Order: sequence, then structure tokens, then C-alpha cells
Amino acid sequence: MGEKTNRWWNYFGYAAKLLVVFIFVFPFLWMFSVSLQNNDEITAIPITLIPSIPQWGNYVEAFTSGPFLQYLGNSVIIIVSIIVIQMAVMIPAAYGFAKYEFKGKNFLFGLVMLAFMTPVQLTFLPIYNMMSKAGLMDTLLPQILPSMTNAFGIFLLRQYFMQIPDELIESAKLDHAGSLKIILKLMLPMSKPALTSIILFSFVGHWNDYFWPLVMTASEKVRPLTIGVSMLKNTEGASSWNLIMAGNMILVLPILIVYCFCSKYIVSSFTYSGIK
Amino acid sequence: MATIKFEQVSKSFGDNTIIKNVDLTIQDGSFTVLVGPSGCGKTTLLRMIAGIGPQSSGRILIDGKDVTEMPPGQRGVAMVFQNYAIYPTMSVAENIEFGLKNNKVPKEERQSIVQEVAKKVGLEQLLHRQPSTLSGGQRQRVALARAMSKNPKVFLMDEPLSNLDAKLRTAMRVELIELHKKLKTTFVYVTHDQVEAMSMADTIILMNEGKIMQEASPEEIYRNPENLFTARFIGSPAMNTVEIAGEGTIGFRPEAVMLEKAGQPDMFAIKGRVSTREMLGKEILYSVKDSRENTYMVSMPSEEDKGCRVNDEVYLNVPAERLYFFDREGYRIGPRQNWLSDFLCRG
Repeated sequence: MGEKTNRWWNYFGYAAKLLVVFIFVFPFLWMFSVSLQNNDEITAIPITLIPSIPQWGNYVEAFTSGPFLQYLGNSVIIIVSIIVIQMAVMIPAAYGFAKYEFKGKNFLFGLVMLAFMTPVQLTFLPIYNMMSKAGLMDTLLPQILPSMTNAFGIFLLRQYFMQIPDELIESAKLDHAGSLKIILKLMLPMSKPALTSIILFSFVGHWNDYFWPLVMTASEKVRPLTIGVSMLKNTEGASSWNLIMAGNMILVLPILIVYCFCSKYIVSSFTYSGIK
Repeated sequence: MATIKFEQVSKSFGDNTIIKNVDLTIQDGSFTVLVGPSGCGKTTLLRMIAGIGPQSSGRILIDGKDVTEMPPGQRGVAMVFQNYAIYPTMSVAENIEFGLKNNKVPKEERQSIVQEVAKKVGLEQLLHRQPSTLSGGQRQRVALARAMSKNPKVFLMDEPLSNLDAKLRTAMRVELIELHKKLKTTFVYVTHDQVEAMSMADTIILMNEGKIMQEASPEEIYRNPENLFTARFIGSPAMNTVEIAGEGTIGFRPEAVMLEKAGQPDMFAIKGRVSTREMLGKEILYSVKDSRENTYMVSMPSEEDKGCRVNDEVYLNVPAERLYFFDREGYRIGPRQNWLSDFLCRG
């Protein structure tokens, strides 16, 4: 009797998991499906799940309907700059907060946490004003400079650094290593999982960002891919969903590829259990 | 080769003074063991020599040179940490090499040094392994090899054997003594284990509450403790003590006691009842309780055992010359005949 109930619970568990997977995966599959449908299929009722003849041309059309290469280039420049600058700011900051004692440390860390918790909707107006006064509006900088720091990254990396025993740092000091070498040769290799997930979160967040570039850009020259994709709607009229979805596929593909390479590290960064 | 000198050195953390005005000289080439209960400041003293926990006041000299302002990497010292502090993302060879690289030793020389020290500690086969694949004893060797590779003037060791099992610890103890003989450099070794201190040191520095209680050879510190703290700390089992109201304390070692059925004439004698008997092989340990529930330890070689059993009524007889006398402050003083009147057995 007990065994039988157990088995039913197991089936129920599988069903529940499948349901959750379905809820998350279905929109992506549908997006992929729509991106390959022709104009009749996207409006047909009942809805079409599998296109009769995959319209790969949709991708070409989406890509050539605007300066997509320019958008893509902008997105890449913005993302790479943001991540490089964030690393340069975040790593020393996290190391300082984790391993040094100095006056005002808790207050400063409180400020970082405050920055972490402040919504962008509060800061975009003053920043817009600042950028426009500095005459930077027609450049990529308004999309890069406000994201130079990553408060969440500083927080997560600090937690990670704090778990690394002080003896290792002291031992390195006795081995004649300066702070920079300690960070590069010891702390970072040991924090790979945390770093990877911070970079990935930052990458996904900024790659998909729509609100900020929408506010901060006025010309095609500086627009990123997200804005470009949304503009497909305007160029072809509201009904060309197949092109919009093709654009979206182009948008999410890099994220999927990066995730496939890093998923191992992301999981381990949240299950870290000390150093043997 | 280096003499280490402390001059009026103090160390405080906030309002808490850990080390109070210590003056101390650690002789060149000695195997000096800093020993004491936990929190006595021995590790603090070691870290000051290394430069990773600088003193609050006073001077530290290595080879006559004031090192107060000198960064740890330039002091010519190497340290073996309690948890070994092996860099987990580097292989064994890279661990040993790290310090040499930072000191800009050329590659070929580095490699020959790595080979040489690895051979000395028996790590040749493990040079390409990652630390996580090594056993406790092997990690210990990596830490030692890393320290040796720098050819330091001073070796500092902070309880390096405390994470090893008992058998390996005894073996490593012997190896360290041999290593010291081979290298002839100054070893400063911190432990809370007085047995380890007695077995390895040529000089023991016993510390308590940030002060040096006694500095002497193992024989001297065992035979002639300068104070009650030293007398109680050194020796296993610890020295038995009897308080003489308002006067001071009498002490005697467990191995100085003759456990007999009757009190011996003109000996210091205490009557009691055997409460436990432990057969340890070459010796037998008794604990005896007197009428006031004070417990005394007695140890004797197995072959001299008279076969006392638990609950037997016995006398602890101690020859007068094996008694230690301490004043009210705990300082050692000469024999006091008048303290003994209550304990002398007139036959």
C-alpha cells in the first residue's frame, strides 16, 4: 500500500516538473515556431504549432529590414565595455570589503547595498540630465557609464572572497606577492564560479535591456539590438509577428550559447561549500 | 641563519592587550618551541616575526636588523601554517614555485630547486598533482617544501602537526627534528602540546596571558620550573599540588610518588583511596583521592607496580628532596620545613 502511494507521488512529481518545464520552455518554442511561419499561418485559427514549410527567409528579411549589423555591433561594444569596466571596479572593491579593515567600511558597504536596491526608474532622469549636459547623448556612453559598477556583483564576490581563508593571503604575502598578484593568481582562480555567474547575469541583464537604451538613445547610430528588434513592428506594420520573432531569436541566441558553456559554474557558485 | 630579538614588544587588539612588553632572544640555529595554553599569545608572537600581524609597540630584530617596517616577503622567513595554506588552484610544483617566481628566480634555477626540495620531503612523484587529491600528510609536506624552497633564514611553524593523526604526527616530529639538523637554520615552532614541545625543542618558551613564564631547555624547564604555572603545564600527567593555607603551595610530580600500604618514615605522605587505575603498557597511572576529595595522580613503571586495586587505602610517599615549594604568588622558593609538619609520617 505504502509503496503504491509512493509510486503515485513519484508520477505526480514528474508531472509537476514537466508542467514547470513546459511553462518555461513553451514560449521559446512558440517563438521559434512563429519565426518560421508564413503570413497566413501566424493569424490562422486554430494556431499553427509546426509551420508547413519553414520560412528561413524571415530571418534574412528581419536582418535586412534595418541596420541590424549596426545594432548588433552597438550591443556587443556596450556589453563588452560594461563587463570589462565592471570587473575592474568590482574585483578590487570586493577584495577590499572582504579582506581589509578600514574606517567607514560598513558605511561604504551600506552605500553599495543602497545602490543595489535603488530602482533604475528613480535614477534615469537625473542621469539623462547629466549625460545630456555633458553632450554625450549621441554616443554609446550613456548606455555604458551608468553601469560601470555592479553592486550585486560586489556583494556576491565579497561573500565569496570572505570564505577564502586569510592564511592563504598571508602565505602569499610571505611568498612576496603583492595585492594585485594575490587577487589575480589566488583569489580570482578560486572564485571562478562566482565570477562566471556575475558576468553572465550582467551580460543577460544588459543584453536584454530595453528601458534604458530606449530612454538614452535618439538615433539609429547608437541603438542596440533590443531597440532594433522592437522597431521591426513599426517598419512592417503590427501584424508581421514572424519577423519580430525572427528578430527575437537573433537577440536571444547569444545568451543561450553563453549559458550552455557556463551553466556548470553558475550552479556551483550557489552551492559553494568552503575550500578543502 | 639568524638570531631573532624582541625588544619591549607589545600587541593589542582594541583594548585587549595580548602581548605585554616582551623581551626575548631566539638563538641562531636553535629549535625554539613557543608553548602555552590557547590564547596565551604564542601565535601572535610568531605572526609578528613573519610580519603578517605587526606589533603595536617595541622592536623586532632579525640578524640585528630592525624588521618593523619590512614587508613579510623580504624578511627571509618562511612559515608553515596550521591548515597548511596551500594554494588550491595550483599544482604541487606551482605551489612550491610561487614564492620563487615572485622573487624573480630564473626558470631553470626554479625547476632545479623544486626538484631538490621535493626530493628532500619525498614529493617527487606528486609534483603535478592538485592539492585536493593529496592526503593530510602529503599536504603537510607540500607546505614544508614550499617553505624550504625559499631557503629562509628562519622557519616559522604554527601548530603544523595538529591536523595529522597520532601515528603520522609522531613520524613527522622525528622528520622535523632531522630536517632541523640538516638545514641548521632557526626554527620557531608554536604548539599547545607540551609533549610536542618537550620532544622537539632545544629551547622551550612557555607563555601564559601574553607573558613569558619561563625560557629554558626541556630538561631544565621540567626539573626546575620557576613558577607554579610552569610546574603544572610541563609534564604529563601534570604535577600534583597541595595548597598550604596562607603560605603557598607544595608540588610533586606523579612519578616521584611511591604508592604504598603504609606511610614511610620522614617522608611527605598523604593518605588516600585509589579511585582509578590505568594500565598504559610501560607505566601504570593511578588517581588517588584523599579525605578532602583532592585528586592526585601517580605514575609508575609497570614492573615496579605493587598491584594496588581500586578502593584500596594507600599512602602517597614522596621523598623530601623531590618536593617543590612555591610562594603565594606562585614563584618557586627553597624548601620550607615548617610547611611539612602536617604531612610528615613519623613511622
